[in-house]
Parts: sequence; C-alpha cells; structure tokens
Amino acid sequence: MPILEMRGISQIFPGVKALDGVSIRLYPGQVTALIGENGAGKSTLVKILTGIYRPNEGEILIDGVPTTFASAQAAIDAGVTAIHQETVLFDELSVAENIFLGHAPRTRFGTIDWRRINSGAKALMLQLESEIDPTIRLRDLSIAQRHLVAIARALSVEARIVIMDEPTAALSRKEIDDLFRIVENLKRQGKAILFISHKFDEVYEIAENFVVFRDGRAVGQGRLKQTPQDEIVRLMVGRDVKDVFPKVEVAIGAPVFRVESYCHPTEFRDISFELRRGEILGLYGLIGAGRSELCQSLFGVTRPSSGRLVLEGKPLDIRSSGDAIRAGIVYVPEERGRHGLALPMPIFQNMSLPSLGKTSRSGFLKAANELALARKYAERLDLRAAALSVPVGTLSGGNQQKVVIGKWLATQPKVIILDEPTKGIDIGSKAAVHAFIGELAAEGLSIIMVSSELPEILGMSDRVMVMREGLAAGVFEREALSAEALVRAATGNQ
Amino acid sequence: MNRLLKNREILLTVIIALMIAGFSTRAQGFAAPGNLANIFNDTSILIILALGQMTVILTKSIDLSVAANLAFTGMAVAMTNAAYPDLPLALLIVMAIGIGAFLGAINGYLVWALRIPPIVVTLGTLTIYRGMAFVLSGGGWVNAHQMGPTFLNVPRLPVLGLPILSWIAILIVLGAWFVLTRLPFGRAAYASGGNPTAAIYAGIDIGWTKFIAFVVSGALAGLSGYLWVSRYAVAYVDIAAGFELDTVAACVIGGISIAGGIGSVGGAVLGALFLGVIKNALPVIGISPFAQMAISGIVIVLAVVFNARAERKAGRIILRDRGAKEVSA
Repeated sequence: MPILEMRGISQIFPGVKALDGVSIRLYPGQVTALIGENGAGKSTLVKILTGIYRPNEGEILIDGVPTTFASAQAAIDAGVTAIHQETVLFDELSVAENIFLGHAPRTRFGTIDWRRINSGAKALMLQLESEIDPTIRLRDLSIAQRHLVAIARALSVEARIVIMDEPTAALSRKEIDDLFRIVENLKRQGKAILFISHKFDEVYEIAENFVVFRDGRAVGQGRLKQTPQDEIVRLMVGRDVKDVFPKVEVAIGAPVFRVESYCHPTEFRDISFELRRGEILGLYGLIGAGRSELCQSLFGVTRPSSGRLVLEGKPLDIRSSGDAIRAGIVYVPEERGRHGLALPMPIFQNMSLPSLGKTSRSGFLKAANELALARKYAERLDLRAAALSVPVGTLSGGNQQKVVIGKWLATQPKVIILDEPTKGIDIGSKAAVHAFIGELAAEGLSIIMVSSELPEILGMSDRVMVMREGLAAGVFEREALSAEALVRAATGNQ
Repeated sequence: MNRLLKNREILLTVIIALMIAGFSTRAQGFAAPGNLANIFNDTSILIILALGQMTVILTKSIDLSVAANLAFTGMAVAMTNAAYPDLPLALLIVMAIGIGAFLGAINGYLVWALRIPPIVVTLGTLTIYRGMAFVLSGGGWVNAHQMGPTFLNVPRLPVLGLPILSWIAILIVLGAWFVLTRLPFGRAAYASGGNPTAAIYAGIDIGWTKFIAFVVSGALAGLSGYLWVSRYAVAYVDIAAGFELDTVAACVIGGISIAGGIGSVGGAVLGALFLGVIKNALPVIGISPFAQMAISGIVIVLAVVFNARAERKAGRIILRDRGAKEVSA
C-alpha cells in the first residue's frame, strides 16, 4: 500500500495548466524517479506536495486518508519534506541551528535547549555517517556537506516522505556515491522517496519506479527494471512538432559570425560555431549547461578566459556590452523584467537607451530623434500605449516585452541572441513571437535562440548546438534533428 | 509616474505657498518679496548641494561626505586667501571646485573600482575629510578680518536685485537640468538607478556613471565650501556639521527615490526650498530651535511615507494591467 497517493491532481495558473490530472503513488522503502523536461510540471508537483500550492482539482491521500495541505507547515506535519536543488540554509548559523530552525527543542522555561539541539544534531549526522561537528558554522562547509545538513534537517522532522529535487546537480561522483548510500539507508528505514533528476544513469542506479511528466501530464510510469532507456526518452519527448511550427523557409547566406574555441574560467569550455546570414541557431541544453553564460559572454557582460570572435571577417574585441552593441551583437535576456527595462523611465527612453549614440547630436540628447526611433518600432511591433512618454511600468506585460524587443531591433543588429524568448508567455503570444523571429531571419539577421523547450528548438532552428556541463555536446543540422538525439546529447546518455 | 512626479512638484509648490501665506499671518512681512529673496539666498547652498546629492542618489548611491568635503574645501580656500591675499578670486573658486571634485573622485573611485557600498565609503570619507580639515587648520579658525574684501563680498554683490550667491544657485539649477535631461550622462544616471541590470545590458557602464556622479557632487560641494565660508565669514573645522542630512532630506522631500532612478531637478530644488522656508520661518514665529529640529524630522518622515505610497501605487497599476491581460488571454 502506498504511503502517499495523488489522484487526478490539476494545477491551473492564469492561462496555463501546469498540471493536468496527474496521479502518482509513492511506496515505503522505494525510490520513485520523476523525469521530465524543464517546464514539464515537476516543480509544480513538488510545491503542491510541500503545501506551497493548493491544487485546483484532485486529492492527496496519506496512508489512504484524504488530506489537504493548508500550509507548508501542514505538509511538514503530515511527514512530507523536500530537499531542494539549491539548499535553503543559513550561512551564519551553526549546523545544529540550521537543522532545528523552527522546531528547536525547548527547556522547561521555554528557552532553547542547546544541549538537546547539539546532541540531536550530532545523532542525525551520525545516522548519515558524517562526523561534522554540529557547532560549526554552515559557511565553513563544502557544498556536499551542506547537502548532508539539508538531509539531516529533513530527517529531524521525522519525515516519511522525502522529496529530493535534483540533489546531485552540484555534487562530484564520490559525493554522489555517498548520497546514494544515505538514500539506501533511508529506504531501509521505510521512507518513500521522490527523486527528481535529469540524469538517467543515476535514476537507474537508485530508483525502483519512475514517472515521466510531459506538458503537465504523467505520460508514463512503471518499474524501471522492465523499461529500457529509449522508452523513457521517447516518453519524455514523444510528440510530433513539425505541424506546430511552420518554419519560414529563408535562404541562408554567407557566414556572418564565428566563435572560435571560446572558454570561460568556470562556466563553459572550448565552444566553437559559425552563424550564417538568415540562420537560426538553436542552443539546447539542460538548466546549468552554460548556455546563458555563453551568451552573456558573447555579449560582453562577462569576459572569456580565451577564444576569439569574428564578425564579417573582422576579429572583434568585446570588453563590454557597449562594445557588443556597437559591433552589432545584441542579447535579449531571459528575465525581461529584471534585465530588460528601467520601469520608471518613459517608453521612448527605454527604447533609445542602447541607441543613444545614434539619436544624439554632437554629444547632446535629441528627444525628437529618440521619439521618432521609438515611434518607428512601436508601430512595427504594434505596441499599445497611451503615449510614448509614459513610464514603461504602466504597460501590460505583453507590451513591456514589445518595448524590450523594439529596443534591441532599434540598434539594427547583425546578430541577435534570444534567451528563452517565449518563457512564461501564453500559447497565443508564443506563436506571435515565433512568427516574428521568422521575420527577423527573413530580413537577414542571424539569430541565436536559447531555449529549453524541445518543440521550440526543433520547430524553429536551422541548426542546433547542444551544450552539456559547459561543453558543446553536439551540433545537429536540420535534416538530422530529432528530439531523441537532442535529449541524448543533453543528458549525456548515449 | 511622470504625471505623479509633476503632481509632486505642483503639490510642493502649493504647500510652500500655503506655508508662506500661513507664516505671514503670524509674522508681518514674511511674504514680502525682499524676505522671499532672502530665504532663497539663504537656501542657495542647500539647493546646490541637494542637486549634487540628487545626481548621486539617482544612480542608487548616496554621498554622506558632502558637508565634510565642504568644510575641508572651505578651510583650504580660506587659508589660501588669508596667506596669499593677492591671488585672484577666480583662481580660488577654480581651486575650490577642483579640490571638491578630487575628494568626490576618491568616493567615486572606491565605489566604482573596489565596489564598496556608497554609504560605507562616504561614511568613512566623511570622517576623513573632516579630520583633514582639522589637520590642515590645526583646529584654528580663519576669521573675517583675515579674509580679503573681494573674497568676502563678491557673493553678496547684488545683480538685478539678487545677490550673486542666488544667481550662482540659479545657474547650477539650470546646469543640472541640462546635464540630467540633455546629456547622455544624465540618461545613464537614471538608467543605472532605475534598473542597473538593464543598464548594463544596454551598454551603459554603471561604475563609470556612479564615478562621474560622485565627482559632480564633490565639485558642487567644493564650490559650496567657498560660498559657505564667504557667506558666514568664518572657517573652522565644524562648519556645516550634519548638513549632509539636510541635502538628503531635500532630495527625499522633493520626490527623489532613495532606491534610485526617479526624481527631477525641480523636485530637489523645491525640497530644498521647503526646508529653507521652514528653517527661516520657525524662529520668526517664535518656535524654539529644539522644536525646529523635531519639526524638520517629522516633515522628512512624512515625505518618505508619501514617496513610499506613491511608488506602491505605481506597482499596483502594473499588477492590475497584468491581471487584466491574463484574464483576456
């Protein structure tokens, strides 16, 4: 009998159905792997299980009894605990304080019982086969040791259901082995574990059961032993994408931009590729593969440690984003709100910001030129605003996005880098953005499109480069594109 | 937000007018043109310093060292004037601006190159610059009889009915307006404070922008050093002690967001005038100096509350629009 069962869970956000009738079961003493692309609904499920979201439909049963989690505390009380990808701990507190924060044992007088905190923490760490001194400050620990503390914290609340959200992302192979010994230990204690991971080798190593999510649905589940990897990859991607993205056929011209063995001290290594006129190069990979870091470096926000850029036959020396813009390379960042706009400033000033060199006359700003520039791109993008002098902050999200795109087009770039261009927007707007990207390519722009969405990558790209752990894991021409091949390259599972 | 800011300027003008009208019922002649000109002249130095402070605050920084910079520079020019009475005044003014700009550049460099938070940098240099004023003077005073007549009198000379000190303030106001609205540096300052990340992505060098803002603030503090020493005809270590807080207060009252990126020259000037009117009026209507400080403080807190409310209102508009869009989608 399962400890925890979710039946027909749906979670609806405005415009998006994040989870659609999902049912899963977790059994005592067993690890269930949750597999799916970025955005398939894994995080939403974790948030429901930890009491952060309340599902719109469906029920959760613990030991067969229907339960609702009114709050995060209610989920903890019901015995559910999550160890997050980035551990949520306090650097300046001791190991023991971190473990018992919020549920510290008290003395008779209501003060914190330090003896029991420290001895309790020590016992928990020993259970994890670790001899970390519970009085040491967290900031003095390694990432792997912090993970142990997070696990100890999970155990300190006497959880029966443990969710591990990509626990191995930051660990070395040896640390992963240690973690897996702990997981085996937890299994023996009869805990049910939900293990979220992208890495198939780990999943096969540690898990008994699997659930595959795609687009908010549980598309397959079963015993891992009886399921070959190919089957799981097929479940992850399985859909026909050609119909959804009618790609505009563009005559691809001469090479425009070349990147030669680009390296960064920590984020990526030895990246080389060439971009042609009118070409859309898809950049695919899992989160943390170094795609955004590569793009930011091409744009001059961070400096590479070595490598060379060549634009139209001339070598480039890009030391700042200003250099990149002048050379004709622009980057439309992923988080448009945070990276894209100065909300208190008027629309036209936001649009002209990277083009001030062009709109100014002998070092003086010319408001008339700025307004003309803004008007041109506002018309082209069908921007709806009362006036171009109102602050961007008063616009709706969709119109703010148009301001961001207009701002970059106004610089008349040769190469445009789009980082997750359709993240967080509804399906209708997505189609409009895709059509617009097609138009840009038709006008002869060269486009690098970073995306974590396979259908988007498959549907829009002329060529795809897959990155994995900071390395180019493969380049695929359009004829050779297949979802399976991309996922294999991205997960490193041949 | 622009309309809101405009409202703020109109609102401040109305409040200042009401205050003047109110005070004139208690103190005859308070609203007379001559007295108003006096108040403006009295507030000139605060206006100049507030505009420097505003430039820095726009970039999401703060300059707490302006008053110490003023004290050091004032002491330096006063001692120079006492020791070499033959040096032309123009040279002394250039020297004041130069020293001030250099001290500002030290702040700016520490913020830019070493990435130390501006409040920490200028809290440190505040003490250092005042200490330097002490070392320079050995704790001594430079009194009126040691200063040359030109040094003392030029800011007082009336031109077209206003003293030169007032005209200098008016010129600085126009200059600040021009720099902040008509030069790329001004736009960069607004963008750096409004959204630093977006500014970087748009090719703006935030560090350099902050550096320039501190140099501007320092230069204006240096100029104010000469004006202060000349106006009060005395230079000693503690002149303008605590005045940096008045400059910040003028900005806050004038609607310049402490979070950066929002504010206008008109707002800063009105904020300074608001404080100037209160400071001039309270003694006239017989309120004790202790109550004056408390009243100034209450006004500043009220202004901050008002700013916070105005900014929150803007946030709500965004949310409402987003909500509307999501419903229609």
